[in-house]
Amino acid sequence: MEGILYPITTAHYLVLGAALFLIGTLGVLVRRNLVVLLMSIELMMNGVNVNLIAFSHLWGDVQGQIFGIFIIAIAVAEAAIGLGILIALFRNKMSVQADEMEILKW
Amino acid sequence: MSEFYTALDHLALLPAILLGLFGCAIFLFDFWLFPKASDKGKLTWFVIAAEGFTAVALWRQFAYLQENGLPALVAFRGMLSIDGFTLFFNAMFLVAALLTALISYRYLEQEGEHQGEYYALILLAQCGMFFMAASTELVSLFVGLELMALSFYVLVGFLGRDRRSNEAAMKYFILGSFSSAFLAYGFSLLYGLSGSTRMADIGALLETRPLTDPLLLLAVGSTVVGVLFKLGVAPFHMWVPDIYEGAPTPVTAYLSVASKAAAVAMLLRLFEGPLAGSREMWEPLLATAAVLTITVGNLGALSQSSVKRMLAYSAVAHAGYMLLGLVAGNETGIKGVVLYAFIYTFMNLGAFLVLIGLHRKGIRGENLDDLAGLMRHNGFASIAMLVFLVSLAGIPPTAGFLAKYYIFLALLESGHYYLAVIGVLYVAVAIYYYFRVIRSMFFEEPAVAPRFRMGRGLGFAFATAVAATIGIGIFAEPFVRIAGMTLLR
Repeated sequence: MEGILYPITTAHYLVLGAALFLIGTLGVLVRRNLVVLLMSIELMMNGVNVNLIAFSHLWGDVQGQIFGIFIIAIAVAEAAIGLGILIALFRNKMSVQADEMEILKW
Repeated sequence: MSEFYTALDHLALLPAILLGLFGCAIFLFDFWLFPKASDKGKLTWFVIAAEGFTAVALWRQFAYLQENGLPALVAFRGMLSIDGFTLFFNAMFLVAALLTALISYRYLEQEGEHQGEYYALILLAQCGMFFMAASTELVSLFVGLELMALSFYVLVGFLGRDRRSNEAAMKYFILGSFSSAFLAYGFSLLYGLSGSTRMADIGALLETRPLTDPLLLLAVGSTVVGVLFKLGVAPFHMWVPDIYEGAPTPVTAYLSVASKAAAVAMLLRLFEGPLAGSREMWEPLLATAAVLTITVGNLGALSQSSVKRMLAYSAVAHAGYMLLGLVAGNETGIKGVVLYAFIYTFMNLGAFLVLIGLHRKGIRGENLDDLAGLMRHNGFASIAMLVFLVSLAGIPPTAGFLAKYYIFLALLESGHYYLAVIGVLYVAVAIYYYFRVIRSMFFEEPAVAPRFRMGRGLGFAFATAVAATIGIGIFAEPFVRIAGMTLLR
Protein backbone atom coordinates (compact mmCIF):
# COMPACT_ATOMS: atom_id res chain seq x y z
CA MET A 1 0.00 0.00 0.00
CA GLU A 2 2.87 2.37 0.75
CA GLY A 3 3.97 2.37 -2.88
CA ILE A 4 0.52 3.18 -4.26
CA LEU A 5 -0.47 6.12 -2.05
CA TYR A 6 2.08 8.87 -2.54
CA PRO A 7 2.06 11.65 0.04
CA ILE A 8 -0.12 14.48 -1.23
CA THR A 9 1.97 17.59 -1.83
CA THR A 10 1.14 21.18 -2.77
CA ALA A 11 1.77 20.31 -6.41
CA HIS A 12 -1.13 17.84 -6.34
CA TYR A 13 -3.46 20.54 -5.09
CA LEU A 14 -2.21 22.92 -7.74
CA VAL A 15 -2.98 20.37 -10.43
CA LEU A 16 -6.46 19.92 -8.95
CA GLY A 17 -6.97 23.67 -8.90
CA ALA A 18 -5.71 24.04 -12.47
CA ALA A 19 -7.96 21.15 -13.60
CA LEU A 20 -11.04 22.74 -12.01
CA PHE A 21 -10.15 26.10 -13.54
CA LEU A 22 -9.59 24.53 -16.97
CA ILE A 23 -12.86 22.58 -16.88
CA GLY A 24 -14.66 25.77 -15.96
CA THR A 25 -12.95 27.70 -18.77
CA LEU A 26 -13.85 25.02 -21.31
CA GLY A 27 -17.40 25.03 -20.01
CA VAL A 28 -17.73 28.77 -20.57
CA LEU A 29 -16.25 28.52 -24.05
CA VAL A 30 -18.11 25.42 -25.25
CA ARG A 31 -21.51 25.25 -23.58
CA ARG A 32 -24.48 27.27 -24.80
CA ASN A 33 -26.89 27.05 -21.89
CA LEU A 34 -26.60 30.15 -19.69
CA VAL A 35 -27.25 28.20 -16.47
CA VAL A 36 -24.36 25.90 -17.30
CA LEU A 37 -22.22 28.96 -18.05
CA LEU A 38 -22.96 30.27 -14.55
CA MET A 39 -21.99 26.90 -13.08
CA SER A 40 -18.77 26.86 -15.07
CA ILE A 41 -17.79 30.28 -13.73
CA GLU A 42 -18.41 28.98 -10.19
CA LEU A 43 -16.11 26.08 -10.99
CA MET A 44 -13.35 28.46 -12.09
CA MET A 45 -13.69 30.39 -8.85
CA ASN A 46 -13.43 27.13 -6.89
CA GLY A 47 -10.26 26.24 -8.75
CA VAL A 48 -8.85 29.54 -7.47
CA ASN A 49 -9.96 28.64 -3.95
CA VAL A 50 -8.18 25.28 -4.01
CA ASN A 51 -5.02 27.11 -5.10
CA LEU A 52 -5.33 29.65 -2.32
CA ILE A 53 -5.88 27.08 0.43
CA ALA A 54 -2.98 24.95 -0.81
CA PHE A 55 -0.64 27.94 -0.83
CA SER A 56 -1.94 29.06 2.55
CA HIS A 57 -1.00 25.65 3.95
CA LEU A 58 2.37 25.70 2.18
CA TRP A 59 3.36 29.07 3.60
CA GLY A 60 1.73 28.47 7.00
CA ASP A 61 0.04 31.81 6.50
CA VAL A 62 -3.58 32.74 7.04
CA GLN A 63 -3.92 35.40 4.33
CA GLY A 64 -4.66 32.83 1.65
CA GLN A 65 -7.60 31.44 3.60
CA ILE A 66 -8.96 34.94 4.12
CA PHE A 67 -8.67 35.58 0.40
CA GLY A 68 -10.52 32.29 -0.14
CA ILE A 69 -13.39 33.33 2.13
CA PHE A 70 -13.68 36.64 0.30
CA ILE A 71 -13.76 34.85 -3.04
CA ILE A 72 -16.52 32.53 -1.81
CA ALA A 73 -18.56 35.55 -0.70
CA ILE A 74 -17.97 37.31 -4.02
CA ALA A 75 -18.91 34.18 -5.97
CA VAL A 76 -22.20 33.99 -4.06
CA ALA A 77 -22.98 37.63 -4.83
CA GLU A 78 -22.06 37.01 -8.44
CA ALA A 79 -24.34 33.98 -8.66
CA ALA A 80 -27.24 35.93 -7.14
CA ILE A 81 -26.86 38.77 -9.62
CA GLY A 82 -26.29 36.38 -12.51
CA LEU A 83 -29.49 34.49 -11.76
CA GLY A 84 -31.37 37.78 -11.38
CA ILE A 85 -30.23 38.92 -14.81
CA LEU A 86 -31.01 35.47 -16.19
CA ILE A 87 -34.58 35.62 -14.91
CA ALA A 88 -35.09 39.11 -16.39
CA LEU A 89 -33.77 37.81 -19.70
CA PHE A 90 -35.92 34.68 -19.56
CA ARG A 91 -39.09 36.72 -18.93
CA ASN A 92 -38.52 38.68 -22.10
CA LYS A 93 -37.10 35.98 -24.35
CA MET A 94 -38.38 32.67 -22.97
CA SER A 95 -34.99 31.16 -23.60
CA VAL A 96 -31.74 30.58 -21.74
CA GLN A 97 -29.56 29.73 -24.73
CA ALA A 98 -26.49 31.90 -25.22
CA ASP A 99 -26.59 31.65 -29.03
CA GLU A 100 -30.10 33.11 -29.10
CA MET A 101 -28.83 36.40 -27.72
CA GLU A 102 -28.50 38.09 -31.08
CA ILE A 103 -30.12 41.53 -30.93
CA LEU A 104 -26.71 42.96 -30.21
CA LYS A 105 -24.28 41.35 -32.60
CA TRP A 106 -21.14 39.99 -31.02
CA MET B 1 -9.90 53.21 18.10
CA SER B 2 -7.91 50.01 18.54
CA GLU B 3 -4.56 49.07 17.07
CA PHE B 4 -6.44 47.40 14.21
CA TYR B 5 -8.40 50.51 13.38
CA THR B 6 -6.49 53.67 14.12
CA ALA B 7 -7.54 57.23 13.45
CA LEU B 8 -5.34 57.22 10.36
CA ASP B 9 -7.00 54.07 9.07
CA HIS B 10 -10.30 55.83 9.51
CA LEU B 11 -9.10 58.88 7.60
CA ALA B 12 -7.87 56.67 4.76
CA LEU B 13 -11.13 54.75 4.54
CA LEU B 14 -13.43 57.74 4.99
CA PRO B 15 -14.43 58.27 1.31
CA ALA B 16 -15.34 54.59 0.95
CA ILE B 17 -17.31 54.62 4.20
CA LEU B 18 -19.29 57.67 3.08
CA LEU B 19 -20.04 56.26 -0.36
CA GLY B 20 -21.04 52.92 1.09
CA LEU B 21 -23.27 54.48 3.76
CA PHE B 22 -25.01 56.83 1.34
CA GLY B 23 -25.48 53.98 -1.14
CA CYS B 24 -26.99 51.67 1.48
CA ALA B 25 -29.11 54.51 2.86
CA ILE B 26 -30.75 54.86 -0.54
CA PHE B 27 -31.46 51.11 -0.59
CA LEU B 28 -33.03 51.30 2.86
CA PHE B 29 -35.01 54.53 2.83
CA ASP B 30 -35.89 55.03 -0.82
CA PHE B 31 -39.28 53.28 -0.57
CA TRP B 32 -40.12 55.09 2.61
CA LEU B 33 -39.10 58.63 1.63
CA PHE B 34 -39.96 58.65 -2.05
CA PRO B 35 -42.73 56.12 -2.68
CA LYS B 36 -43.89 57.78 -5.90
CA ALA B 37 -41.91 57.33 -9.10
CA SER B 38 -42.26 61.03 -9.87
CA ASP B 39 -40.34 61.91 -6.69
CA LYS B 40 -37.29 59.80 -7.48
CA GLY B 41 -35.59 62.73 -9.14
CA LYS B 42 -34.99 64.16 -5.68
CA LEU B 43 -32.49 61.38 -5.12
CA THR B 44 -30.18 63.33 -7.42
CA TRP B 45 -29.78 65.80 -4.53
CA PHE B 46 -28.93 62.87 -2.31
CA VAL B 47 -26.14 61.85 -4.68
CA ILE B 48 -24.92 65.45 -4.85
CA ALA B 49 -24.77 65.47 -1.03
CA ALA B 50 -22.89 62.16 -0.99
CA GLU B 51 -20.36 63.43 -3.51
CA GLY B 52 -20.00 66.64 -1.51
CA PHE B 53 -19.12 64.72 1.64
CA THR B 54 -16.79 62.46 -0.30
CA ALA B 55 -15.06 65.47 -1.82
CA VAL B 56 -14.52 66.88 1.68
CA ALA B 57 -13.10 63.54 2.84
CA LEU B 58 -10.71 63.42 -0.11
CA TRP B 59 -9.73 67.01 0.59
CA ARG B 60 -8.99 66.15 4.22
CA GLN B 61 -6.73 63.31 3.07
CA PHE B 62 -4.96 65.69 0.69
CA ALA B 63 -4.56 68.26 3.48
CA TYR B 64 -3.14 65.58 5.78
CA LEU B 65 -0.52 64.63 3.19
CA GLN B 66 0.37 68.29 2.63
CA GLU B 67 0.60 69.18 6.32
CA ASN B 68 2.88 66.30 7.15
CA GLY B 69 4.84 66.41 3.92
CA LEU B 70 4.18 62.72 3.33
CA PRO B 71 4.17 61.10 -0.12
CA ALA B 72 1.52 58.58 0.98
CA LEU B 73 -0.77 57.73 3.86
CA VAL B 74 -0.44 53.97 4.31
CA ALA B 75 -3.32 52.44 6.23
CA PHE B 76 -4.33 49.00 7.47
CA ARG B 77 -0.72 47.79 7.55
CA GLY B 78 -0.04 48.31 3.87
CA MET B 79 -3.48 47.50 2.54
CA LEU B 80 -4.47 50.96 1.32
CA SER B 81 -2.23 53.74 0.18
CA ILE B 82 -3.65 57.24 -0.07
CA ASP B 83 -1.25 59.12 -2.30
CA GLY B 84 -1.42 61.58 -5.18
CA PHE B 85 -2.34 58.74 -7.51
CA THR B 86 -5.32 57.62 -5.40
CA LEU B 87 -6.60 61.14 -4.90
CA PHE B 88 -6.30 62.11 -8.56
CA PHE B 89 -8.15 59.03 -9.76
CA ASN B 90 -10.80 59.44 -7.09
CA ALA B 91 -11.40 63.00 -8.23
CA MET B 92 -12.07 61.55 -11.70
CA PHE B 93 -14.52 58.97 -10.34
CA LEU B 94 -16.26 61.65 -8.32
CA VAL B 95 -16.80 63.91 -11.34
CA ALA B 96 -17.97 60.99 -13.47
CA ALA B 97 -20.44 59.71 -10.85
CA LEU B 98 -21.81 63.17 -10.15
CA LEU B 99 -22.38 64.01 -13.81
CA THR B 100 -23.94 60.59 -14.40
CA ALA B 101 -26.42 61.13 -11.58
CA LEU B 102 -27.33 64.53 -13.04
CA ILE B 103 -27.99 63.29 -16.56
CA SER B 104 -29.93 60.14 -15.67
CA TYR B 105 -33.13 61.59 -14.28
CA ARG B 106 -35.07 62.29 -17.46
CA TYR B 107 -33.70 59.27 -19.34
CA LEU B 108 -34.96 56.83 -16.71
CA GLU B 109 -38.29 58.61 -16.47
CA GLN B 110 -38.82 58.28 -20.21
CA GLU B 111 -38.00 54.60 -20.04
CA GLY B 112 -40.39 54.13 -17.10
CA GLU B 113 -37.68 52.59 -14.95
CA HIS B 114 -37.03 55.35 -12.46
CA GLN B 115 -36.01 53.54 -9.30
CA GLY B 116 -33.90 54.58 -6.36
CA GLU B 117 -31.52 51.63 -6.63
CA TYR B 118 -30.02 53.23 -9.71
CA TYR B 119 -28.46 56.03 -7.67
CA ALA B 120 -27.38 53.63 -4.93
CA LEU B 121 -25.57 51.46 -7.47
CA ILE B 122 -23.76 54.47 -8.92
CA LEU B 123 -22.41 55.26 -5.45
CA LEU B 124 -21.49 51.63 -4.68
CA ALA B 125 -19.67 51.32 -8.00
CA GLN B 126 -17.72 54.43 -7.09
CA CYS B 127 -16.93 52.90 -3.71
CA GLY B 128 -15.45 49.88 -5.52
CA MET B 129 -13.41 52.17 -7.73
CA PHE B 130 -11.98 53.88 -4.65
CA PHE B 131 -10.49 50.55 -3.62
CA MET B 132 -9.22 49.82 -7.11
CA ALA B 133 -7.22 53.02 -7.08
CA ALA B 134 -6.15 52.91 -3.42
CA SER B 135 -5.34 49.23 -2.84
CA THR B 136 -1.79 48.10 -2.52
CA GLU B 137 -2.88 44.60 -1.62
CA LEU B 138 -4.53 41.90 -3.70
CA VAL B 139 -7.56 41.00 -1.56
CA SER B 140 -8.86 44.54 -1.22
CA LEU B 141 -8.08 45.22 -4.87
CA PHE B 142 -10.11 42.19 -5.94
CA VAL B 143 -13.01 43.00 -3.63
CA GLY B 144 -13.08 46.58 -4.91
CA LEU B 145 -13.02 45.39 -8.49
CA GLU B 146 -15.91 43.02 -7.88
CA LEU B 147 -17.95 45.64 -6.04
CA MET B 148 -17.61 47.89 -9.08
CA ALA B 149 -18.26 45.10 -11.58
CA LEU B 150 -21.33 43.72 -9.77
CA SER B 151 -22.86 47.20 -9.55
CA PHE B 152 -22.26 47.71 -13.25
CA TYR B 153 -23.84 44.36 -14.23
CA VAL B 154 -27.07 45.54 -12.61
CA LEU B 155 -26.82 49.08 -14.00
CA VAL B 156 -26.32 47.79 -17.55
CA GLY B 157 -29.44 45.65 -17.20
CA PHE B 158 -31.42 48.34 -15.44
CA LEU B 159 -34.10 48.60 -18.14
CA GLY B 160 -35.66 45.33 -17.05
CA ARG B 161 -38.31 45.29 -19.78
CA ASP B 162 -35.95 46.13 -22.61
CA ARG B 163 -34.50 43.07 -24.31
CA ARG B 164 -31.40 44.87 -25.49
CA SER B 165 -30.59 45.93 -21.97
CA ASN B 166 -31.17 42.37 -20.66
CA GLU B 167 -28.96 40.92 -23.30
CA ALA B 168 -26.18 43.43 -22.71
CA ALA B 169 -26.30 42.74 -18.97
CA MET B 170 -26.08 38.98 -19.51
CA LYS B 171 -23.15 39.29 -21.90
CA TYR B 172 -21.37 41.71 -19.60
CA PHE B 173 -21.99 39.45 -16.64
CA ILE B 174 -20.68 36.29 -18.34
CA LEU B 175 -17.58 37.92 -19.81
CA GLY B 176 -16.94 40.09 -16.77
CA SER B 177 -17.04 37.28 -14.26
CA PHE B 178 -15.06 35.05 -16.65
CA SER B 179 -12.30 37.66 -16.69
CA SER B 180 -12.55 38.16 -12.92
CA ALA B 181 -11.92 34.45 -12.50
CA PHE B 182 -8.75 34.77 -14.60
CA LEU B 183 -7.62 37.69 -12.51
CA ALA B 184 -8.33 35.76 -9.29
CA TYR B 185 -6.36 32.80 -10.61
CA GLY B 186 -3.43 35.07 -11.41
CA PHE B 187 -3.67 36.61 -7.93
CA SER B 188 -3.73 33.19 -6.28
CA LEU B 189 -0.52 32.25 -8.08
CA LEU B 190 1.12 35.56 -7.19
CA TYR B 191 0.25 34.82 -3.58
CA GLY B 192 1.62 31.32 -3.94
CA LEU B 193 4.91 32.55 -5.37
CA SER B 194 5.50 35.15 -2.69
CA GLY B 195 3.52 34.06 0.38
CA SER B 196 2.00 37.50 0.76
CA THR B 197 -0.87 39.43 -0.71
CA ARG B 198 0.83 42.81 -0.29
CA MET B 199 2.07 44.24 -3.54
CA ALA B 200 5.36 45.46 -2.06
CA ASP B 201 6.26 41.96 -0.78
CA ILE B 202 5.19 40.34 -4.04
CA GLY B 203 7.31 42.76 -6.06
CA ALA B 204 10.37 42.08 -3.90
CA LEU B 205 10.00 38.31 -4.19
CA LEU B 206 9.24 38.21 -7.90
CA GLU B 207 12.51 39.97 -8.66
CA THR B 208 14.43 37.03 -7.23
CA ARG B 209 12.73 34.60 -9.63
CA PRO B 210 13.97 33.86 -13.17
CA LEU B 211 11.61 35.12 -15.87
CA THR B 212 11.34 31.66 -17.40
CA ASP B 213 9.72 30.17 -14.29
CA PRO B 214 6.54 28.51 -15.62
CA LEU B 215 4.52 29.37 -12.51
CA LEU B 216 5.53 33.01 -12.84
CA LEU B 217 4.58 32.94 -16.53
CA LEU B 218 1.16 31.53 -15.66
CA ALA B 219 0.65 34.06 -12.86
CA VAL B 220 1.59 37.08 -14.98
CA GLY B 221 -0.28 35.66 -17.98
CA SER B 222 -3.61 35.22 -16.19
CA THR B 223 -3.29 38.58 -14.48
CA VAL B 224 -2.62 40.28 -17.83
CA VAL B 225 -5.62 38.55 -19.41
CA GLY B 226 -7.87 39.59 -16.52
CA VAL B 227 -6.77 43.22 -16.53
CA LEU B 228 -6.91 43.61 -20.31
CA PHE B 229 -10.43 42.16 -20.32
CA LYS B 230 -11.56 44.81 -17.84
CA LEU B 231 -9.90 47.54 -19.86
CA GLY B 232 -11.54 46.33 -23.08
CA VAL B 233 -8.29 45.79 -24.96
CA ALA B 234 -8.12 43.59 -28.06
CA PRO B 235 -8.27 40.58 -28.35
CA PHE B 236 -10.60 40.85 -25.33
CA HIS B 237 -12.58 43.82 -26.59
CA MET B 238 -15.58 42.06 -28.16
CA TRP B 239 -17.89 42.79 -25.22
CA VAL B 240 -17.37 46.57 -25.41
CA PRO B 241 -19.53 47.52 -28.44
CA ASP B 242 -22.42 45.25 -27.42
CA ILE B 243 -22.55 46.33 -23.82
CA TYR B 244 -22.15 50.01 -24.63
CA GLU B 245 -24.95 49.80 -27.17
CA GLY B 246 -27.38 47.83 -25.03
CA ALA B 247 -26.93 49.69 -21.74
CA PRO B 248 -29.00 52.78 -20.86
CA THR B 249 -27.03 55.72 -22.32
CA PRO B 250 -26.16 57.41 -18.96
CA VAL B 251 -24.81 54.07 -17.75
CA THR B 252 -22.82 53.73 -20.97
CA ALA B 253 -21.32 57.15 -20.31
CA TYR B 254 -20.43 56.21 -16.72
CA LEU B 255 -19.10 52.81 -17.77
CA SER B 256 -16.98 54.22 -20.56
CA VAL B 257 -15.20 56.79 -18.42
CA ALA B 258 -15.22 55.71 -14.76
CA SER B 259 -14.89 51.97 -15.21
CA LYS B 260 -12.11 52.53 -17.73
CA ALA B 261 -10.29 54.96 -15.46
CA ALA B 262 -10.57 52.47 -12.60
CA ALA B 263 -9.20 49.69 -14.80
CA VAL B 264 -6.31 51.99 -15.76
CA ALA B 265 -5.67 52.66 -12.07
CA MET B 266 -5.58 48.93 -11.37
CA LEU B 267 -3.33 48.39 -14.39
CA LEU B 268 -0.83 50.98 -13.18
CA ARG B 269 -0.95 49.74 -9.58
CA LEU B 270 -0.10 46.22 -10.73
CA PHE B 271 2.31 46.84 -13.61
CA GLU B 272 4.18 49.73 -12.03
CA GLY B 273 4.15 47.89 -8.70
CA PRO B 274 4.71 44.16 -8.19
CA LEU B 275 4.98 43.27 -11.88
CA ALA B 276 7.44 46.04 -12.76
CA GLY B 277 10.30 43.58 -12.37
CA SER B 278 8.96 41.29 -15.09
CA ARG B 279 8.60 44.10 -17.63
CA GLU B 280 10.63 42.16 -20.22
CA MET B 281 7.95 39.51 -20.17
CA TRP B 282 4.83 41.65 -20.56
CA GLU B 283 6.07 44.63 -22.52
CA PRO B 284 5.97 42.93 -25.96
CA LEU B 285 2.59 41.41 -25.05
CA LEU B 286 1.11 44.79 -24.15
CA ALA B 287 2.69 46.51 -27.17
CA THR B 288 1.09 43.95 -29.49
CA ALA B 289 -2.23 44.22 -27.68
CA ALA B 290 -2.12 48.03 -27.89
CA VAL B 291 -1.49 48.09 -31.65
CA LEU B 292 -4.18 45.47 -32.20
CA THR B 293 -6.60 47.45 -30.04
CA ILE B 294 -6.03 50.73 -31.89
CA THR B 295 -6.49 48.91 -35.21
CA VAL B 296 -9.65 47.06 -34.22
CA GLY B 297 -11.18 50.09 -32.53
CA ASN B 298 -10.55 52.54 -35.35
CA LEU B 299 -11.48 50.19 -38.19
CA GLY B 300 -14.57 48.99 -36.33
CA ALA B 301 -15.75 52.55 -35.78
CA LEU B 302 -15.54 53.39 -39.49
CA SER B 303 -18.59 51.46 -40.59
CA GLN B 304 -21.02 52.11 -37.73
CA SER B 305 -24.33 53.82 -38.40
CA SER B 306 -25.13 54.04 -34.69
CA VAL B 307 -23.26 56.87 -32.99
CA LYS B 308 -23.39 55.00 -29.69
CA ARG B 309 -21.70 51.97 -31.20
CA MET B 310 -19.19 54.19 -33.00
CA LEU B 311 -18.29 55.77 -29.65
CA ALA B 312 -17.92 52.27 -28.20
CA TYR B 313 -15.36 51.31 -30.85
CA SER B 314 -13.62 54.62 -30.37
CA ALA B 315 -13.46 53.83 -26.64
CA VAL B 316 -11.65 50.61 -27.55
CA ALA B 317 -9.16 52.63 -29.61
CA HIS B 318 -8.60 55.08 -26.74
CA ALA B 319 -7.85 52.17 -24.37
CA GLY B 320 -5.12 51.20 -26.84
CA TYR B 321 -3.56 54.66 -26.67
CA MET B 322 -3.58 54.56 -22.89
CA LEU B 323 -1.86 51.18 -23.01
CA LEU B 324 0.85 52.64 -25.28
CA GLY B 325 1.77 55.05 -22.49
CA LEU B 326 2.40 52.11 -20.16
CA VAL B 327 4.41 50.35 -22.89
CA ALA B 328 6.66 53.42 -23.18
CA GLY B 329 7.05 53.06 -19.42
CA ASN B 330 9.08 56.20 -18.72
CA GLU B 331 7.94 59.05 -16.51
CA THR B 332 6.32 60.94 -19.38
CA GLY B 333 4.44 57.81 -20.39
CA ILE B 334 2.90 57.10 -17.01
CA LYS B 335 2.08 60.77 -16.56
CA GLY B 336 0.55 60.64 -20.04
CA VAL B 337 -1.69 57.68 -19.15
CA VAL B 338 -3.02 59.40 -16.03
CA LEU B 339 -3.58 62.65 -17.91
CA TYR B 340 -5.24 60.76 -20.77
CA ALA B 341 -7.69 59.06 -18.39
CA PHE B 342 -8.52 62.43 -16.81
CA ILE B 343 -9.14 64.25 -20.09
CA TYR B 344 -10.99 61.26 -21.53
CA THR B 345 -13.43 61.44 -18.59
CA PHE B 346 -14.71 64.81 -19.77
CA MET B 347 -14.58 64.44 -23.53
CA ASN B 348 -16.11 60.98 -23.75
CA LEU B 349 -18.80 61.65 -21.15
CA GLY B 350 -19.57 64.81 -23.11
CA ALA B 351 -20.00 62.95 -26.39
CA PHE B 352 -22.71 60.79 -24.83
CA LEU B 353 -24.62 63.82 -23.53
CA VAL B 354 -25.98 64.70 -26.97
CA LEU B 355 -27.37 61.17 -27.34
CA ILE B 356 -29.09 61.49 -23.96
CA GLY B 357 -30.65 64.80 -24.98
CA LEU B 358 -31.99 63.29 -28.19
CA HIS B 359 -33.51 60.31 -26.39
CA ARG B 360 -37.28 60.27 -26.13
CA LYS B 361 -39.85 57.72 -25.15
CA GLY B 362 -39.81 55.01 -27.80
CA ILE B 363 -37.11 56.78 -29.84
CA ARG B 364 -33.52 55.95 -29.10
CA GLY B 365 -31.98 58.80 -31.07
CA GLU B 366 -28.64 57.06 -31.38
CA ASN B 367 -28.18 56.87 -35.13
CA LEU B 368 -26.22 59.18 -37.36
CA ASP B 369 -29.48 60.23 -39.06
CA ASP B 370 -30.99 61.26 -35.73
CA LEU B 371 -28.30 63.90 -35.38
CA ALA B 372 -28.85 65.31 -38.87
CA GLY B 373 -29.57 69.04 -38.84
CA LEU B 374 -29.07 69.37 -35.09
CA MET B 375 -27.17 72.64 -35.62
CA ARG B 376 -30.26 74.57 -36.66
CA HIS B 377 -32.31 73.10 -33.83
CA ASN B 378 -29.90 73.45 -30.92
CA GLY B 379 -26.72 75.34 -31.64
CA PHE B 380 -25.19 74.99 -28.17
CA ALA B 381 -25.48 71.19 -28.11
CA SER B 382 -24.06 70.90 -31.64
CA ILE B 383 -21.09 73.13 -30.94
CA ALA B 384 -20.45 71.28 -27.66
CA MET B 385 -20.54 67.96 -29.54
CA LEU B 386 -18.14 69.47 -32.09
CA VAL B 387 -15.72 70.29 -29.27
CA PHE B 388 -15.94 66.77 -27.82
CA LEU B 389 -15.44 65.05 -31.17
CA VAL B 390 -12.53 67.31 -32.15
CA SER B 391 -11.01 66.55 -28.74
CA LEU B 392 -11.56 62.81 -29.12
CA ALA B 393 -9.81 62.99 -32.49
CA GLY B 394 -6.92 64.77 -30.80
CA ILE B 395 -6.84 68.13 -32.58
CA PRO B 396 -5.48 71.23 -30.80
CA PRO B 397 -6.39 73.43 -28.99
CA THR B 398 -8.66 70.93 -27.23
CA ALA B 399 -7.57 68.72 -24.34
CA GLY B 400 -7.57 65.55 -26.44
CA PHE B 401 -4.49 66.83 -28.27
CA LEU B 402 -2.62 67.22 -25.01
CA ALA B 403 -3.48 63.65 -23.98
CA LYS B 404 -2.20 62.13 -27.23
CA TYR B 405 0.80 64.47 -27.29
CA TYR B 406 2.22 63.08 -24.05
CA ILE B 407 1.68 59.47 -25.13
CA PHE B 408 3.52 60.05 -28.42
CA LEU B 409 6.25 62.08 -26.73
CA ALA B 410 6.82 59.21 -24.29
CA LEU B 411 7.00 56.67 -27.13
CA LEU B 412 9.60 58.78 -28.95
CA GLU B 413 11.63 59.34 -25.77
CA SER B 414 11.75 55.63 -25.03
CA GLY B 415 12.65 54.71 -28.61
CA HIS B 416 9.38 53.06 -29.67
CA TYR B 417 9.32 54.83 -33.05
CA TYR B 418 7.18 52.28 -34.87
CA LEU B 419 4.47 52.42 -32.22
CA ALA B 420 4.41 56.20 -32.39
CA VAL B 421 4.06 56.15 -36.18
CA ILE B 422 1.22 53.61 -36.04
CA GLY B 423 -0.52 55.65 -33.36
CA VAL B 424 -0.32 58.87 -35.39
CA LEU B 425 -1.53 57.17 -38.58
CA TYR B 426 -4.66 55.90 -36.86
CA VAL B 427 -5.46 59.41 -35.66
CA ALA B 428 -6.11 60.21 -39.33
CA VAL B 429 -8.58 57.32 -39.51
CA ALA B 430 -10.26 58.53 -36.34
CA ILE B 431 -10.71 62.02 -37.78
CA TYR B 432 -12.75 60.50 -40.62
CA TYR B 433 -15.37 58.83 -38.46
CA TYR B 434 -15.62 61.64 -35.92
CA PHE B 435 -16.14 64.14 -38.71
CA ARG B 436 -18.90 62.03 -40.22
CA VAL B 437 -20.93 62.91 -37.13
CA ILE B 438 -19.98 66.58 -37.42
CA ARG B 439 -21.01 66.62 -41.10
CA SER B 440 -24.33 65.05 -40.21
CA MET B 441 -25.01 67.64 -37.49
CA PHE B 442 -24.00 70.72 -39.45
CA PHE B 443 -24.59 70.08 -43.12
CA GLU B 444 -27.19 67.38 -43.61
CA GLU B 445 -30.92 67.89 -44.08
CA PRO B 446 -32.93 65.95 -41.52
CA ALA B 447 -35.78 63.67 -42.62
CA VAL B 448 -37.57 64.49 -39.36
CA ALA B 449 -36.57 67.58 -37.40
CA PRO B 450 -34.50 66.46 -34.38
CA ARG B 451 -35.95 67.24 -30.98
CA PHE B 452 -33.42 68.03 -28.35
CA ARG B 453 -34.36 68.68 -24.73
CA MET B 454 -31.75 70.22 -22.51
CA GLY B 455 -32.97 70.34 -18.88
CA ARG B 456 -31.04 71.54 -15.83
CA GLY B 457 -28.89 68.50 -15.08
CA LEU B 458 -27.95 67.92 -18.69
CA GLY B 459 -27.17 71.61 -19.17
CA PHE B 460 -24.85 71.59 -16.18
CA ALA B 461 -23.11 68.44 -17.42
CA PHE B 462 -22.69 70.00 -20.88
CA ALA B 463 -21.22 73.18 -19.44
CA THR B 464 -18.79 71.29 -17.19
CA ALA B 465 -17.61 68.95 -19.92
CA VAL B 466 -17.14 71.72 -22.51
CA ALA B 467 -15.35 73.98 -20.02
CA ALA B 468 -13.01 71.15 -19.00
CA THR B 469 -12.32 69.98 -22.55
CA ILE B 470 -11.37 73.45 -23.76
CA GLY B 471 -9.94 74.67 -20.45
CA ILE B 472 -7.48 71.79 -20.00
CA GLY B 473 -6.41 72.19 -23.62
CA ILE B 474 -5.59 75.87 -23.23
CA PHE B 475 -4.39 76.06 -19.61
CA ALA B 476 -2.53 72.76 -19.69
CA GLU B 477 0.32 73.49 -17.32
CA PRO B 478 -1.34 72.98 -13.89
CA PHE B 479 -2.98 69.75 -15.01
CA VAL B 480 0.27 68.34 -16.37
CA ARG B 481 1.93 69.27 -13.08
CA ILE B 482 -0.78 67.56 -11.02
CA ALA B 483 -0.57 64.45 -13.20
CA GLY B 484 3.18 64.50 -12.60
CA MET B 485 2.55 64.38 -8.86
CA THR B 486 0.75 61.06 -9.18
CA LEU B 487 3.79 59.01 -10.21
CA LEU B 488 4.00 55.85 -8.16
CA ARG B 489 7.74 55.44 -8.21
